[in-house]
Amino acid sequence: MRIGIVCPYSWDVPGGVQFHIRDLAEHLIGLGHEVSVLAPADDDTPLPGYVVSAGRAVPVPYNGSVARLNFGFLSAARVRRWLHDGAFDVIHIHEPASPSLGLLSCWAAQGPIVATFHTSNPRSRAMIAAYPILQPALEKISARIAVSEYARRTLVEHLGGDAVVIPNGVDVDFFAKAEPKPQWQGETIGFIGRIDEPRKGLPTLMRALPKILAVRPGVRLLVAGRGDEQEAVEGLPESMRGQVEFLGMVSDEDKARMLRSVDLYVAPNTGGESFGIILVEAMSAGAPVLASDLDAFRQVLDGGAAGELFPVEDADALAASAVRLLGDSDRLAELRSTGSRHVRRFDWSTVGAEILSVYEMVTDGAASVAPDERTGLRARLGLARD
Amino acid sequence: MPPVTITLIWIAAIVVLLGVYLSWTAGRLDRLHARIDAARAALDAQLLRRASVAQELATSGILDPAASIVLYQTAHAARQAEDEQREVAESELSQTLRAVFAEPDTVQTVREAPGGPAAVGELTAAVRRTPMARRFHNDAVRAARALRRQRAVRWFRLAGHAPFPLAFEMDDEPPMALTADGVGR
Repeated sequence: MRIGIVCPYSWDVPGGVQFHIRDLAEHLIGLGHEVSVLAPADDDTPLPGYVVSAGRAVPVPYNGSVARLNFGFLSAARVRRWLHDGAFDVIHIHEPASPSLGLLSCWAAQGPIVATFHTSNPRSRAMIAAYPILQPALEKISARIAVSEYARRTLVEHLGGDAVVIPNGVDVDFFAKAEPKPQWQGETIGFIGRIDEPRKGLPTLMRALPKILAVRPGVRLLVAGRGDEQEAVEGLPESMRGQVEFLGMVSDEDKARMLRSVDLYVAPNTGGESFGIILVEAMSAGAPVLASDLDAFRQVLDGGAAGELFPVEDADALAASAVRLLGDSDRLAELRSTGSRHVRRFDWSTVGAEILSVYEMVTDGAASVAPDERTGLRARLGLARD
Repeated sequence: MPPVTITLIWIAAIVVLLGVYLSWTAGRLDRLHARIDAARAALDAQLLRRASVAQELATSGILDPAASIVLYQTAHAARQAEDEQREVAESELSQTLRAVFAEPDTVQTVREAPGGPAAVGELTAAVRRTPMARRFHNDAVRAARALRRQRAVRWFRLAGHAPFPLAFEMDDEPPMALTADGVGR
């Protein structure tokens, strides 16, 4: 099958959607499909062979933050050329409602279109104003995918219609087979995420840490992620700062090794998560998970069966659960084994097969994707000569 | 220019713009109807595939006689159903499949029989794809209905003689043992 995938965000900036697209593309290529990814990227960024650059994304203020978006005639022309050259059987657009490449390709293509909604912006005024423009583009999509039940619900509320839920994929074996690192073992708690992004919840964990250390003084907290390390430990008593170890940005290998090594993985996020891929990665590596009770996390953890949940931003509850779990090796072993079994559902072999079956369903008997040649006025009036 | 000419030019411009808009909307509607047709064909294919595999399993002799009879009967009814009874018959097939494959052991028994893995694979694919196909179909129906309710579309009868699209409503919950969540339980 010839598959075209549209990535809305810059390829050179790491992010959940970009990683998802990279893994999906590589999985599909491994199965023998022809895949081309259209992504915004600087012209001098080294790109893998299957990625086509759609030009540099321009930073513009949008929806309260600065987003890097692609628009304008140049980008539109590149999208059309890519569609024309690719002659794809199906195109898979990610985040079609964001005013970037996704929307441009939705506008420019016709034929079997699959779209994945990763997050849903809360309904913004811009989106209401753009609704008449958005709707004709979105109604070309033959199959909509949401990455979680939560993402599906917001999609249904904001844009109407329906979507099937196919979760993000993880290469389970990559994490399951990683080698634990001895210096990261022995009463360790793991945290991965941007330090200076409050929604990742490190402050909550820092508030809980003294209570955990009061009961189990040997516990060490491993923090992997970018941000100001000094600022992060400011609230902590001087004597306890030594128990926090900052690893900075880690490679994929080190991330897997860290998750293999820790006794407990804590995800204290306070919101803004539509899926929770990090929990799946932790479970793949066999790390017991303690996460805040967000809709998305609850779903990934199978309603609390595959990992424990605590009330969002409740540092006391977090500390109590962590202390109880670290002292109960039976419960930890149980979480390890239910987690590893549950996580098979998110392996690329399962998720990839479901995405492929969506492709097959929309391409059955349909013509391939082509640029949407909008009929000119002359043709409409019957004046064009062939 | 006399005022009459200017008025005429204005009227002509408005008529042309209206014509372009209507033609564009008709194009949208046409595309949506094509999408519904394709989605409906895909849904039909999945439902038919599901009923065929169920019928095959019922006549294979792998399942116990009581389960075989019930499964055969509902699968047969689903395949033969007229359009008006289709949704009910297909829902009944879903319920029967859930009852017959309630236990993961049953799935395992089928898998161990000669040709079993292929049958289980086909049934799994069919029961998973049916809900997907139905959602894609109903999503297309909703989009078309929203457009057809617009005033311009009704006044100018842009939909022509195409019937008002109807959603396909049925119980399509797959048996737990055959879902992705049931894998490894």
